Amino acid sequence: MRQRLPLLVFLALLVLGPAILPEFYITLLNYIGLYAIVTLGLVLLTGVGGLMSFGQAAFVGLGAYTTAYLSTAHAVSPWLALLVGLAITAVVALFLGFLTLRLSGHYLPLGTIAWGISLYFLFGNLDFLGGHTGLTSIPVLGLFGYELNTGREFYYLIWAVLLAAVLATQSLLDSREGRAIRALKGGSLMAESMGVNTARSKTVIFLIAALFACVSGWLYAHLQRFVNPTPFGLHIGIEYLFMAVVGGVVHVWGAIVGAGVITVLKQWLQDLLPRLLGQSGNFEAIVFGILMIFVLQRMRDGIWPLLLRLVPVKAARRREIAQAEPLPQRQLPAIGTLLLEVKGASKHFGGLIANNNMDLTVKAGEVMALIGPNGAGKSTMFNCISGVDPVTSGEVRFLGERVDHLRSREIARRGMGRTFQHVRLLPTMSVLENVALGAHLRGSKGVLAASLHLERAEEARLLAEARRQLERVGLGDCLFDEAGSLPLGQQRVLEIARALCVDPCLLLLDEPAAGLRYMEKQALADLLRKLRGEGMGILLVEHDMDFVMGLADRVVVMEFGEKISEGLPEEVQRDPVVLEAYLGGVE
Amino acid sequence: MAAPILEVKDLSVSYGKVEAVHHVNLQVEAGKIVTVIGPNGAGKTTMLSAIMGLLASKGEIRFQGEVQRDIEVEYLVSKGMTLVPEKRELFGEMSVEDNLLLGAFQRYRAGDRGQGETMEQVFKTFPRLKERRAQLAGTLSGGERQMLAVGRALMAKPKLLMLDEPSLGLAPLIVREIFHIIADLKQTGVAILLVEQNARAALQIADYGYVLETGVIALEGESRALADDPRIVETYLGLGGNKQ
Amino acid sequence: MNLQIALLLGQDGIVNGAIYALLALALVLVFAVTRVIYIPQGEFVSYGALTLAAFQTGRTPGTLWFLLAAGAVVAAIDIVIAVRAGALGRIGRIVLWNLALPAIVAGLVFWLESDKLPLAIQVVLTLAIVVPLGPMVYRLAFQPVAEASVLVLLIVSVAVHTAMVGLGLLFFGAEGSRTPPFSEAQFQLGGLVVNGQTLWVLGASAVLIVALYVFFERTLYGKALRATAINRVGARLMGISSTMAGKLSFTLAAGIGAFSGILIAPITTIYYDTGFLIGLKGFVAGIIGGLASYPLAAAGAILVGLLESFSSFWASAFKEVIVFTLIIPVLLWRSLTSHHVEEEE
Repeated sequence: MRQRLPLLVFLALLVLGPAILPEFYITLLNYIGLYAIVTLGLVLLTGVGGLMSFGQAAFVGLGAYTTAYLSTAHAVSPWLALLVGLAITAVVALFLGFLTLRLSGHYLPLGTIAWGISLYFLFGNLDFLGGHTGLTSIPVLGLFGYELNTGREFYYLIWAVLLAAVLATQSLLDSREGRAIRALKGGSLMAESMGVNTARSKTVIFLIAALFACVSGWLYAHLQRFVNPTPFGLHIGIEYLFMAVVGGVVHVWGAIVGAGVITVLKQWLQDLLPRLLGQSGNFEAIVFGILMIFVLQRMRDGIWPLLLRLVPVKAARRREIAQAEPLPQRQLPAIGTLLLEVKGASKHFGGLIANNNMDLTVKAGEVMALIGPNGAGKSTMFNCISGVDPVTSGEVRFLGERVDHLRSREIARRGMGRTFQHVRLLPTMSVLENVALGAHLRGSKGVLAASLHLERAEEARLLAEARRQLERVGLGDCLFDEAGSLPLGQQRVLEIARALCVDPCLLLLDEPAAGLRYMEKQALADLLRKLRGEGMGILLVEHDMDFVMGLADRVVVMEFGEKISEGLPEEVQRDPVVLEAYLGGVE
Repeated sequence: MAAPILEVKDLSVSYGKVEAVHHVNLQVEAGKIVTVIGPNGAGKTTMLSAIMGLLASKGEIRFQGEVQRDIEVEYLVSKGMTLVPEKRELFGEMSVEDNLLLGAFQRYRAGDRGQGETMEQVFKTFPRLKERRAQLAGTLSGGERQMLAVGRALMAKPKLLMLDEPSLGLAPLIVREIFHIIADLKQTGVAILLVEQNARAALQIADYGYVLETGVIALEGESRALADDPRIVETYLGLGGNKQ
Repeated sequence: MNLQIALLLGQDGIVNGAIYALLALALVLVFAVTRVIYIPQGEFVSYGALTLAAFQTGRTPGTLWFLLAAGAVVAAIDIVIAVRAGALGRIGRIVLWNLALPAIVAGLVFWLESDKLPLAIQVVLTLAIVVPLGPMVYRLAFQPVAEASVLVLLIVSVAVHTAMVGLGLLFFGAEGSRTPPFSEAQFQLGGLVVNGQTLWVLGASAVLIVALYVFFERTLYGKALRATAINRVGARLMGISSTMAGKLSFTLAAGIGAFSGILIAPITTIYYDTGFLIGLKGFVAGIIGGLASYPLAAAGAILVGLLESFSSFWASAFKEVIVFTLIIPVLLWRSLTSHHVEEEE
């Protein structure tokens, strides 16, 4: 209850606002609300997803002009016009997303700049949209028989929509789909290996951000009751981005703070600067630009975290995980079944040959170790097998099926879990959620269900599974710690738990014991033996030879991308070729 | 005994919250080859990066007697420290000759126009580079790339040459050739800090050796003595742990 | 449309295309070396054109005050840093570049009667004011965040653009300016009348492009910039500092931008915010080159110029829409031909 207190105070003030505030402030709050809806989309897109758009103002325009045109020229109900506007926006967003989201990160912002400019000029030059004068006498919005004639009435609608959008966004982020979205910034490759379709997640957030903007535009049109192209230009698109950054681009509530600060500041500067400078013009841009540079250099997280520090309430980190029915598990193949077969696999990077004609097999219920000196091509082999970076030539068969040209997420779906040589996790996300990302493919509820939190039962099962795997690897005590705060060795173990969440029959472990202490290595070895006993196949790259030799059933030694030796651990250890590869020799 | 070119005292390096190198002490004297050997993941590259100023570190680094605070890579290069990194970091889309010329960038900035002469010396050391002088660096073979990386570093006329795993990914014959060249470089008076996983080759040409294991210096000594130390084999192949 | 008009439009298109090509080259250069998507490029175009226009009407351009102020801020910051690091030797250079040189330029501007000067001197003064702003902007806005992600750099870039447009309005007002052509000559070429200014633009662009080529291929500093673009770590290990490379590339970009503005000012009326649209057309060209290929970007620029001039004939109201929609097929093509999984930094 105490944690909710600031929120309740905020809500109470919001509700009381129109009763006590003069008209001017109501208008200001209405605009803050409208801008915050757009900014919220940018927080999701930019702050959470690591994508960027300058075209949000154009989406606002799309919403505003659709309803303005339909309700004036064709007397269509504003509510129907809203649906049409959303549909048009969705089509445009999906098309722009399709064009740019598969390219490097900077193509989306550049594409949206072009889109923002084009649409602005289009609004200004199409006769049926009224050209630069725009459209007037847009009808009043009716809601349950009430007519929202004044700003005071509209106020409640705007803020209700905004709060609903904030809550839906928060719910979405706290879900299976939300974890996938949060992995986009800095973890795409890892997320794909856990079965996440990152292109889809990117499209989803771009779409949501565009739809929020469209709704804001629709509200704007019926509040103002006239539209012209000016508020939908590129410079306003840039201003939305500034709002998100100033408020705190990774924080949902930062959208409201940012919209508030920039709107009030703009109001004040537009009044002050022309008097100060003795001429009229948009001089607040100078201040905004410099402010922005300062924020990005000195306080990149924006204002919201500073506000949080003022409130004497600690965010709840420790949550209860409900007991939930375990997720269904894959039937593991019988011990001895051939799981993985690599035949004649080669990998070239330009002129460099990283793997040459490699053969390798892993059976169910065995630990196969892949060893060799630095740069021998072991991790490259892992990437080839797991589809992260496919082979140049040769075959990879998994459970009898050719997988060498499947994407990593499709290979994960078939039952392969992996860890990475250089730990790939989301350092600011909790240990539990990082691991739950591994179970992505074992849930099915979508974005809409997540936004409305209709998927709590499934989510509980996913989290329970993550906790089960964490307890299994010995990290049961730090479920709610930030993953980045664990020692490196523990982070590697976390990756094993995440890979186990995939419910694999084949586990690819890249240097799992690096950075662990002696006792921890023993515990890890015990766990791997247990998994082997259950019928799991394990392919292991490791440099700690005590660990490898005590655990592996078979060993393959690589050098210069090729297999130089294969056999039982004792055989390999005595092989002069292996000794030479490791210790070298000049003569 | 002359003052060491490089003196590292109590060096610790962390990645984020994780410390990868702990309290390392080592020194390199003029005209000597000093090697740091150790298995993968021991922190060798991390240590070199810290000495070169690519990574922040705690402890004291003295180069030519001068304590380095707030070290910047560019400054150290101009003072005569060079690093041939593990990944070579060549300019793939530029010619061999341009790569070499850029090696002398700091000399050029300081007004020294003797690059042509140095380049001839480099070509004498690596005749293969002369044959390929017009070729793009990205089209070279692994061994040639390593030669170019070393040659590019020599263009700076360094006082201390630091080599990070020059044998990495190279065939034994090429490794032998590169190590002979490194041994010969000693004659020119440059001090060499050689980081290697290939322990035998490194100890054969080095004067002094350190063994780095999980971020700590586990052993050190004259390289001849070190080469015969059975503990090295244990570090690498873990035979010790298996004997019980 | 007859041949006469087509030739005229073609001439217009190629002239504008040449300017876009210059800007596209600068954008590709800045992006390759610093990873900054250089939105404020257009402001240097406006500043160049309007500073020259101010000289020609005998006014003191506001950019001069900007130069003095920015230089003072840079000097103050760098001197504090130098004193803290105990590197007092650096102070001489800092004062020379950021305080002394701007002061000399200001002195010249006040001492000479700018409107009576020959055009060439006015151009030199203009460049002397606007070009040093490039490295100063780099120092103030970008250097402190040089290691940040492309997206953070992009927001900084947009912020710089926003501030510089606002300053442009403050310096030059909302009125547009058009400068007299470099040459009033006209040549008859078959059925086509070629203006002297056209030849000036094409000639100067060609000279600049050749000069840039020579700089990158033949000089060590040019090669150092390329090296930084190819491999930042490798370049640092050779003692090529990212800061130096950043300032150098921003200086070149500012020079190209300001000079483009000077070239285009006799052809179109330039307002304080015109540069932005011109710069963005350079971007469209740069995107055609994938922000990586100089020749493709230059070819793209000519295409943008031609498309613009012909669409201004057929559908002048939709000129901008058509030009900016051009990037859709380009992006489509790039998207369909790219297969790699992108891993962000």
